[in-house]
Order: sequence, then C-alpha cells, then structure tokens
Amino acid sequence: MRRQPFRAAEGGHLIDRSEPLRFDFDGHRQEGYRGDSLASGLLAAGVRIVARSFKYHRPRGVWGFGSEEPGAMVATGVREEVRPNLKATEIELADGLMAFGQNAWPSVAWDLGAAVGMAGNVLPAGFYYKTFMWPPRWWLALYEPVLRRMAGFGPAPSAPDGAFYAKRRMHADVLVAGGGPAGVAAALAAARAGAKVVLADENVRFGGGLLRAPGEIGESDGLAWIDAAIGELEAMANVRLLRRATVTGYYDHNLLLVAERAGGDAAPGTPETRLWFVRAREAVIAAGAHERPLLFAGNDRPGVMSASAAGGYAHAYGVLAGQRAVIAGNNDSIYAVARLLRGAGVSIAAVADARAESGARDLPCRPGRTVERALGSRRVRGALLRRTDGRAGDRSERIACDLVAVAGGWSPAVHLHTQARGSLSYDEERGLVLPDRPGGANRSAGAAAGRFDLDGCLAEGWAAGVAAAAASGHERPAGEPPRSPDRVAGDAPVFWRIGAGKQFVDLQYDVTAADVELAAREGYRSVEHVKRYTALGMGTDQGKTSGMAGLVLLSEAIGRPVARTGTTTFRPPYTPVPMAAMAAGLIGEGRDALRRTAADDWHEARGAVFTAAGLWRRPSYYPREGMDEEEAISAEVREVRAGVGIVDVGTLGKVDVQGRDAAAFLDLVYANRISTLKAGRGRYGLMLREDGRVFDDGVVMRLGENHFYLTTTTAQHHAAMQHMEFLLQTVWPELEVYATDVSEHWFAAALAGPGSRALLGEVAPGLDVSDEAFPMMAVRAATVAGLSALVFRMSYSGELSYEIAAPADHGLALWTRLLTAGREHGLTPYGTEAMGVMRIEKGHVTHAEADGRTTPDDLGLGRMVNAGRRSIGRRSLDLPALCRKGRQQLVGLAVIDPEARIPPGCQVAERDDMRPAAPLGHVTSFCYSPTLGRAIALALVENGRSRIGQTVYVASPVTGLAMAAEIVPPVFYDAEGTRLRG
Amino acid sequence: MLLIPCPFCGDRDETEFAYGGDAGTERPADPGAATDEAWTDYLCFHDNPKGPHREFWFHRDGCRRWLTVERDTHTHELGAVRLSRP
Ligand SMILES: [Zn+2]
Repeated sequence: MRRQPFRAAEGGHLIDRSEPLRFDFDGHRQEGYRGDSLASGLLAAGVRIVARSFKYHRPRGVWGFGSEEPGAMVATGVREEVRPNLKATEIELADGLMAFGQNAWPSVAWDLGAAVGMAGNVLPAGFYYKTFMWPPRWWLALYEPVLRRMAGFGPAPSAPDGAFYAKRRMHADVLVAGGGPAGVAAALAAARAGAKVVLADENVRFGGGLLRAPGEIGESDGLAWIDAAIGELEAMANVRLLRRATVTGYYDHNLLLVAERAGGDAAPGTPETRLWFVRAREAVIAAGAHERPLLFAGNDRPGVMSASAAGGYAHAYGVLAGQRAVIAGNNDSIYAVARLLRGAGVSIAAVADARAESGARDLPCRPGRTVERALGSRRVRGALLRRTDGRAGDRSERIACDLVAVAGGWSPAVHLHTQARGSLSYDEERGLVLPDRPGGANRSAGAAAGRFDLDGCLAEGWAAGVAAAAASGHERPAGEPPRSPDRVAGDAPVFWRIGAGKQFVDLQYDVTAADVELAAREGYRSVEHVKRYTALGMGTDQGKTSGMAGLVLLSEAIGRPVARTGTTTFRPPYTPVPMAAMAAGLIGEGRDALRRTAADDWHEARGAVFTAAGLWRRPSYYPREGMDEEEAISAEVREVRAGVGIVDVGTLGKVDVQGRDAAAFLDLVYANRISTLKAGRGRYGLMLREDGRVFDDGVVMRLGENHFYLTTTTAQHHAAMQHMEFLLQTVWPELEVYATDVSEHWFAAALAGPGSRALLGEVAPGLDVSDEAFPMMAVRAATVAGLSALVFRMSYSGELSYEIAAPADHGLALWTRLLTAGREHGLTPYGTEAMGVMRIEKGHVTHAEADGRTTPDDLGLGRMVNAGRRSIGRRSLDLPALCRKGRQQLVGLAVIDPEARIPPGCQVAERDDMRPAAPLGHVTSFCYSPTLGRAIALALVENGRSRIGQTVYVASPVTGLAMAAEIVPPVFYDAEGTRLRG
Repeated sequence: MLLIPCPFCGDRDETEFAYGGDAGTERPADPGAATDEAWTDYLCFHDNPKGPHREFWFHRDGCRRWLTVERDTHTHELGAVRLSRP
C-alpha cells in the first residue's frame, strides 16, 4: 500500500513535498511532509481513529483544523518526557515525532474502556456527583483508581521538562489578535498610520480562513495578497509579527497574554514556548469564528468532521479526509466545500442543504435534507439523510460514504472580548452571539464580530485598525481598504438537530444532547450550573465548537429564549498554555537574584556550606576534616565560647535615620523608648505591628543628636523598611525624618568570645577597648585593621562581642585582615548554625518565636515595653485578648536523655502516648547544645512560665517519637550575663 | 494586571507596587484615649465595597512613595492617584 494513500497528487499550500518526514503514531511508522500538522499527516496516512473520548472511550477522529479541535487528543514523546493533552491539529509534524492517541489502553484501535460505552446509560450527566458519593471509604479504594485509569487524560511525564521556556514583556500601541484577512487589514492600517503594532496569529502562516479555502482579494489570490501585506509589515520597524502565537488572555488595563510556540524542530535553540505580556493601548480582536457541529446520532464517529476543516485539509495540505463524502449543512458554505473537495479528488455522494430553497446544478444536491444518523461503528461507513421539515411518511435515504462533512454555521470567537468584560448580545435572526459593548480599549472585527464575507472582513478590519491607531494618537493612514468580490454573508438559520439517538454536543467530554436535557429536567436553569453538572465545554477545547449547541439545547429544554439564557463566562486562557511556560523564570536556578556579602568569595574559597536567608546566601558552617555536620558546628561553638570567633553579619538590614524628629519618630516605631539614648550608645529595639504582635527587632545606635543607625533582621528588612516609610508618608507626614536603606552600603562582622577584646585592641590600636572606656552597648568610630569602621559592643552569642561595620567596598579587606590578625589568637570563623546554637543557649528570639502571633510578654520581653500608649502596637497590648491568662509563653526545654536529638516539627505534650490531645505548645527552635551536652529547645507553651520545673514530652506525632524534657527558663547559659563583660 | 500612573514615575506595572490596604481609616491621634471597641474598629474593621475604593499602594520597586489610589474594586478602573504625603 502507498505510504500516504489519502494524499492528493497535487496541491497543499502549507506542505513541501520535497521534504518527506517520518513519524510514529501508536507504534506504527507513518510518513508525511514538512509543513503537515499531525492531524493532516494522520489523515493522509489513512489513520482515522486518533483518540478515545473521556467518558465512554468512544473512538475519536479529527474534527477540526486548529485550536478548536475537540476530539483528536494526543500525547507526544516517550514515557519520561511525554507531553499529554495536545491537539493533533496543532502539532507540527517533525522528523521522528512520536505520538500516541489519548485515553486508550492498550491502543486507540482496541480499547478496553470502550466497554463502558456499551454499558450505555450507566454514566449520565452529573455521574460524578451521583455515583461516587458514598460510602466515602470506597473513594480511595475503588472509585479513584478506576477513574484514574478510565477517565483521565494523558499520562503525566515523570522526568523534569528538558526544554526551556521564556517570558517577554512588550508595549504596543495596537495589538491585533488574529492574522486572517480582518486582522491583517487592521495591522496594515494601524502600521501605515505609524502605530507600534503587534500582530499575533496562532497558525504557522498568516491568512486565517484563507488557509482553509481560496478567496480573492484585490483581483488576485487571497493568500497572495496576505503574503504581500505581511511582507510590507515585516519590513516596517514599528511592527512585530508573531506566528504560532495565540492571544490567550485579556487582562486588566489592556494587558494581553500571547503564547508563542516558538521552539521545536523549526527553530532549534529557541524556547519551547515564549509567553508575551503585551501592554497595548488598543487591541483589535480579529480572532475569527468556529464552525458549529450538527446534532445527529453518531455525529462523533471518526469521519464526521467540520466541513471547513475537510475543505481545509484538501486546500492547505492536499489531503483527502475521505474518498466519498456527504456534505451537510445549513448555509451556502457547503457548496464551496463540495467543489473544493471534488477538485481535490473526493467523490461527492450528496450535498444535503437543510434549507429547502437552495441548490446547485453541478452537485448531487439534496435540498431540505440533513443527516439523521451516521452509520458505522468505529468509523463512518454511510449516512442516513432525512427531510428537515418533518413531513410524515418520508423515508430516510441511505448513502454509503466515509466522510460526513458538517457545516452548522459559525460562532464568532468572542472569548477575548468577554475576557475584557465586554458585553454580548444575541442576534436571534442570525443565531449569533455577538460582541456588544467593549470592556476595554478594544474593538472586534471580521468573523469575530459576525462578518463572514471576505469583503466585509477586510473593510471592518481596516476600519478597526484606523480607529485603534487614532485612539493611540496616530493620524489616519493613507490608502483605502482592500476589497474582495466575495460578499456572500454566509448567515445560517439556527438549526441543530434531527432524529434521536446518541447525539454528541461535546466530543471531548462526551456530553450528549440528552445529558443537557436531563440537567434541565433535574432543575438546572443557569447555563453555568449546567456546564458544571454535565462538564459541557470544560475540556481543553473550552467548548469552542460545542458551546452554542449546548446553549440552544438548554434554552429549548427550559423554554426560554437564548438571549435570556446567556452564555457561560469565558475565562483565560483561550487555548491551553503549558504550565512550564507559566512557571518560566519562577522556578529553578536564576529565579531570584543571589545576594552575596562582601566576604562571600572568602567563604566560598574556605568551602563553607551555604544556607539561604531570603535572597542572601550565608555560610551555614565550615566543614572540618573527619567531622560530621553536628561535630563541626559544635566545634565552632566551643571555640567561640573558649576563645574567639568571627561571623559574617553583612546580611543584617541597616537603616540610616536622620532629621529633626528622628528620635521622636523612633519612639513611635519601637515599643521601647529610644529618645533617651545618649549619642555614642545603642539599645536593643523591639518593633511591633499595630495589632501588638512582635514584628522585628534589632539594635538602634545613636550617632548624633539627630542621627541614628539601626539594624533589622535579615528576613524582615524589606517589610520593616516599607513599614517605616508608610508611617512617615501616611501617618506622621509632619515629622521631619529621612529613613534611608543603607544595607548595601555596609558590611559587618562580629568578633565574639572571651578573646575578642584582645584581638580588637590589636587591630584597632587607636581605640581604648577597656571595659570602662568602651562599655557594653557603646558605639565608636575607629580605624580597624587600617579601615574606617563603626564598632559596636553588643552580644548575640552571650560572649564578650564586638560588631564591626565597614563600607561594603572595604568589607572583604576587613574580613581577611581580621582573619590574618586573628591567626595568633586562634580566631575561628563560624556560620549561622553555630550562631543559632549560641542564641538558643542564650534564649534570644528570632522569627521562629516572633511568629506573628506572639506579644512581647509572650516572649518574656514585656518589661521592655514603654508605658506610654502612642507607639505602634502599644495600644493593642492592653486589649483583653492579648493580656488574658493562658497564652503561650516562651520557655526552654532541656531534653533529659543526652543522646536524644529533637526532630523538626515537634509539639509539647503532657503525655508521651501520642494519643490525640490538644498540645501544650510547640517547639520553635532546637539544637544540640555542645555547651550543655544535650539537646535543648525553645518552645511556646501554654502558661509556660508557671510550668518551670515540670517534665513534659517533646513529641513528634508524624515520626512517633517522644522524649522527656524539663521546662526551664529560656536562658540556658550564663543567665547572669557575667561573660558579656569579659 | 493593573497599570498604575505613579505621579513620579509614570505608568508602571502593578508588579512594581505593594498593596497597602484601605486608605479610608485614620489612626486615632491618641491611641491611649481610644476605647477597646474604637481601637478594635480601627484595627480590624474595614469597608470592603464593590465599587469605588480609596487605598494605599507603595511604589516599592520605583520611587518608594506611598500613593493614595482611587480604584473601582469591580472594574479595576483607576481614578485619582496622588502622593499620600503631599
Ligand atoms: Zn514611582
């Protein structure tokens, strides 16, 4: 047999016959040409069953031509990298393409699930809601596994997607959605007017309806005119053309989303999909229209297809969708399709026109008749024709055929118009849902606005382009709109169905006319509810072909005019957008900017293990030969507590606050008083949210009368900065204060440990480091290691400690000079893990404790709070809920077994039996304390301070682990603070 | 996605901004004098109208000014946009 038995000897403007391609479908080798879609390749090869339907597993063939395709769902690629839920009509054939029909096991031709279809009425409308409700335990055991096998869509890939995806942003004066005659005319008018134009079309070639059927523009071939116009646009600097690019979403303030299938075989090295975010001053919606089906028994059989698609396969690909065709419809397009098919070599068995008066002498016409039933089981073998006027005694005519091409009229693609909140109207006479009042800066033109004649599309497109250019500030373009002799309106009376039997409305989700009527009988009135109940239009085609039929059926069933039934809401996306494209830039490496402190190069050279702190990376610990992680961290802790260590604290937020009212402002921002600080001194500061919960903490240093330098935590820095700017700009605009983020300007390192004073004295010879001259919480400007620096004596570790800040450009020099000078002092670099261990030993809180629910008193910081009630959050602390008894309070937990280690996510329980009970509280921070030789934790425990001395259980219900611990005060180490004084 | 006309920076995408909530309530000048009820009202109870709404937006990735914006919560149509601090 010939490789492509259904390929005509000539013709096909999209294919290149000099380049044959091999592809594989359901394990069978096939052949097509460069330019083919998978659908045209399969039709050329004679493959008629392409997929199985969602619910009944009925065979599905190719119905449509492009993104409206409801039935031919396939997956491409092999197991790990499979791409499911694709439309065969939208896949460009590539050499070596592997594709599989969907919803079928073991294959589309022999599918076990089809037994469900034979069982018939066991799965009526709403079957999910009725059948699978009770008993609930059956769901997991029975329903779900069965449904997953039977009713799922394609398989999910098991490996990460190797392709790459991209996002781009663009501004335009005019975005034209759709590159058919109307869209191209609009783009031409707007571009000639000087507007910055983007023209996007979902096909590989511009032309819209002219891809499917020939037409005449300006006394030449329509496609030739389109090509010339595209050539002119391509040469203009103010125009960007996007092929294979679907405008899928219309969002607020004229932001439009365009999904461009950029990559693949045709353009190696480009992203698979490129998502364009286009902010357009004006939009022209020239998205075309979708051909409607006719309803008759067996209208879902492979071989029944859209008439314009059947014509399109002949015209664009030189592919015959059948050898002998019955063409049925309710409008004049059937005659053109019949002649097109006949010209390509299809024998025309009958042309059935539902209208009594029409006819054509050169074709085997059956006026006043339509298809009552498609014959054949796995594919069409014939059709029964019957009178449409229902005259009694009429016998059906049986005609053998392998193609039934149906033309039910056109539904304008009003999706983008309604996404922009435009209103719709229903033209009863023409049976069309049409765009009415636009909801954004847009206008619909051509078939999308209900104009189906070529001349009208060109005129409307041109006018829309002129208007859009004018609205975005451009003069009227020179020239006149192109004209076409094609002025046939192509209107169709509303005609939907005849006969009985299983008539499919939604081919993808297997929704029949009977399902819609059943929903109406069961009391559904809203079209939105019927959609959800029957799943009509909920497939990947979003009901492009089925929506109108469903609407008319429901209106008839409930006896209400179509105009009052209304349509379902059209939501983005217009066509499916790969999740990977939406995730582009939001996952993986490069998602966020990586912030490195000035000393980062040193940490890396030293082999530090890094941890993420917001966008920063910080050394978590420095691995040591022969030690595991816990041992290395414990060694860092011991060496700090016994000698001297250094830690990079460059990631802390730093804010410079100046101005006449700076002190007054800080009194309002912090819960404790700042204005009483003397210049040259600092203080721990506690920031609350207005609702009284602890928000952030840090150190405030007074450098001068009206000059402060304060730190925030690494995590909350941006929020704290925004908070202060909010207060200054909206609550107290009268205050003269300037708060400047200087986090990037300063690097900082802390020296900690009993040996820190001696080391500092050595590197800062001009600085008197004695306890009397440089007391706790004092700040000094000094030259440290030859560099100008601010030195602040404070402690986070519980040891004698100095924080040294230098301009960021000097940060690495400061760090390395301190390390060099510290060699003789046994200076140990330590990371965030050791820092965390020491702060837990000292009971300092972080955001694990200040978790957005805790008050200062909960954390044992109540005495810091200012008595006055003006500062942010202070008033809330007096609300009954925040000072009631029984709140959780910060305590320490000392685990009794020295060998035990606390897993993450532990609760604090009164018993160790793991029986469900409300916990007393939860562990907020935990570590192994090398200083105490056991695991310790901080925890928030109900009435915790009154429970000190009690034994409780640190319990991890998910691992079944529980260990006894004693509740102790949260400061485990040097509670008197004698070590701070050195 | 909104396009917000910042008085300093011009038309900018919503992603550059942080939302700051209702601009229709004022912080009591003397919180200490407020009853628990009045304070809770200020803290927790805000109108959530369908229609015109006056709200704060912070041009976080731009000029770092807090703006008071009139926005229709139903249509997203923007009215006056001005600096919160004149
Ligand atoms: Zn701005």
